[in-house]
Amino acid sequence: MDWLNAIVQGTLLGGLYALFAAGLSLIFGVMRLVNIAHGDLIVLGAYLGLTVTTATGLHPLLALFLIVPAMGLIGYALQRGMLNQTLGSDLLPPLLVTFGLSVILQNGLLELYTADPQKLDAGSLETASVTVGGLSLGVLPVLTFFVALAVIGGLQWMFYKTPLGRAFRAVSDNQDIAQLMGLNRRHIFGLAMALALGVTAIAGILLGIRTSFDPSIGGGRLIFGFEAVIIGGLGNLWGTLVGGIILGIAQTIGAKIDPGWQLLAGHIAFLVILAVRPNGLFPRTTE
Amino acid sequence: MPEPTLKIHGLNAHYGDFQALYGVDMQVSQGEVLAIIGANGAGKTTLMRSITGLLSNGRGQVEYRGEDISGLRADQVATRGLAMVPEGRQLFPSLSVRENLMIGAQVGRKGPWNLKAVYDLFPILEQRKDQASTSLSGGQQQMVAIGRALMANPDLILFDEISLGLAPIIIKDIYDALPGIIGEGMSAIIVEQDISKALSVSSRVYCLQEGRVSLEGDANTVSRDDISRAYFGIE
Ligand SMILES: Nc1ncnc2c1ncn2[C@@H]1O[C@H](COP(=O)(O)OP(=O)(O)OP(=O)(O)O)[C@@H](O)[C@H]1O
Ligand SMILES: [Mg+2]
Repeated sequence: MDWLNAIVQGTLLGGLYALFAAGLSLIFGVMRLVNIAHGDLIVLGAYLGLTVTTATGLHPLLALFLIVPAMGLIGYALQRGMLNQTLGSDLLPPLLVTFGLSVILQNGLLELYTADPQKLDAGSLETASVTVGGLSLGVLPVLTFFVALAVIGGLQWMFYKTPLGRAFRAVSDNQDIAQLMGLNRRHIFGLAMALALGVTAIAGILLGIRTSFDPSIGGGRLIFGFEAVIIGGLGNLWGTLVGGIILGIAQTIGAKIDPGWQLLAGHIAFLVILAVRPNGLFPRTTE
Repeated sequence: MPEPTLKIHGLNAHYGDFQALYGVDMQVSQGEVLAIIGANGAGKTTLMRSITGLLSNGRGQVEYRGEDISGLRADQVATRGLAMVPEGRQLFPSLSVRENLMIGAQVGRKGPWNLKAVYDLFPILEQRKDQASTSLSGGQQQMVAIGRALMANPDLILFDEISLGLAPIIIKDIYDALPGIIGEGMSAIIVEQDISKALSVSSRVYCLQEGRVSLEGDANTVSRDDISRAYFGIE
């Protein structure tokens, strides 16, 4: 029962990791950009949540209706104002620029909010639990997991069933020819980043309700997201969810063996999968 | 003579230090079909890329319907009614046949071409509409590339070597379909290696040689000798 519990808790935790990863996966899929600042953008989402909830008294989940569009706008502006200029045949400039952005974000947050750990107050949601088949499950992790399912299902639908998704795939395939079809790739990239940061906002708020955060934790979230993306296979959103779940389960099982092993177990699972399947479990087939 | 739809004046094009086009002058009138011929590397594809905005041009070098489009991005040029069937088809591999066609309509121009019209022209595409575009034969892929360009309801359509790598019978099919495609006032520029094929469907012909126009003439009256001289540069 203990082990089953660890697996179920790990699966739920994987939902949060999948949310960390979804934005990263989307950005990489559309424009081959590895966003080193992704983790710090998640933390930025959490801090925006903090500001909005303390200023208005809104519940953090309601604050999402403000923060998701706000992060979307930031994403669009960031892409058009800065990141588009770094994109080309060379992978290094975007890496360097997003690394710089990561440093700027961390220090900016430190100036504004200090290094004190903060938390979002979600009231009774934080402690509520339900009992399912003898297992006690926190309502928040369950909610997070279903949000992750909905977000990834939604992204998948958007990607394969809507004109916007078609445009994303076309630009990803061949930027020049997509441009000939009347698609301005700079705008399309802006929309992709807007969407990715919208998802990042959700991840940030759920993170901030679940645990305390400070300006320095972005790097760790980036690693989890990155590992989930790689385990699942680049450019495959459902794979990203599976990757998040595998990572989550590895961590809870590791923690069960020895509490100090939680993070290490996750990284080991990542390395093992990378060694066995270098392209991840479900690499995108059309290439 | 009506005011030309497309006016190219002193067009230069560069790839880094390499100059690929030298002061090209060219005009297309409304409803006219123009053939462009020239040896490999003469600059035909470069000319197409310059017209469509994939290469940037100097100010005033490309004028379309009285507007200077030299400085516009390719998507802005497309919205104004210029479409291209690029060399080597260049379909989107992640998109199905139907999606490849649909994305051609992205510019949102009104006109006779829609999915149904393209399927009427190339019935095989309707049977294959949900397949990955890469799973089609070369000729079928060329049909998708043509359909994709038509879906934009262009006023001027550029064909860059649509017969490249296709069996003669398929080429014949495609050329037989051309008059039905180019009609209703649409103008076309056809780039082709097969000179007689190009001349048979066009009214005027330009020959490019090492980035310069070496011949301009009436497709019906231009002589073989003039062409081989312009093509190979043999005096
Ligand atoms: N991307 C590029 N970078 C550098 N040089 C290029 C590039 N593309 C073409 N060129 C050069 O420009 C010249 C014209 O090339 P272009 O592709 O326009 O020829 P073309 O007439 O279309 O030939 P083909 O009949 O073989 O298609 C050639 O000398 C070619 O080497
Ligand atoms: Mg060519």
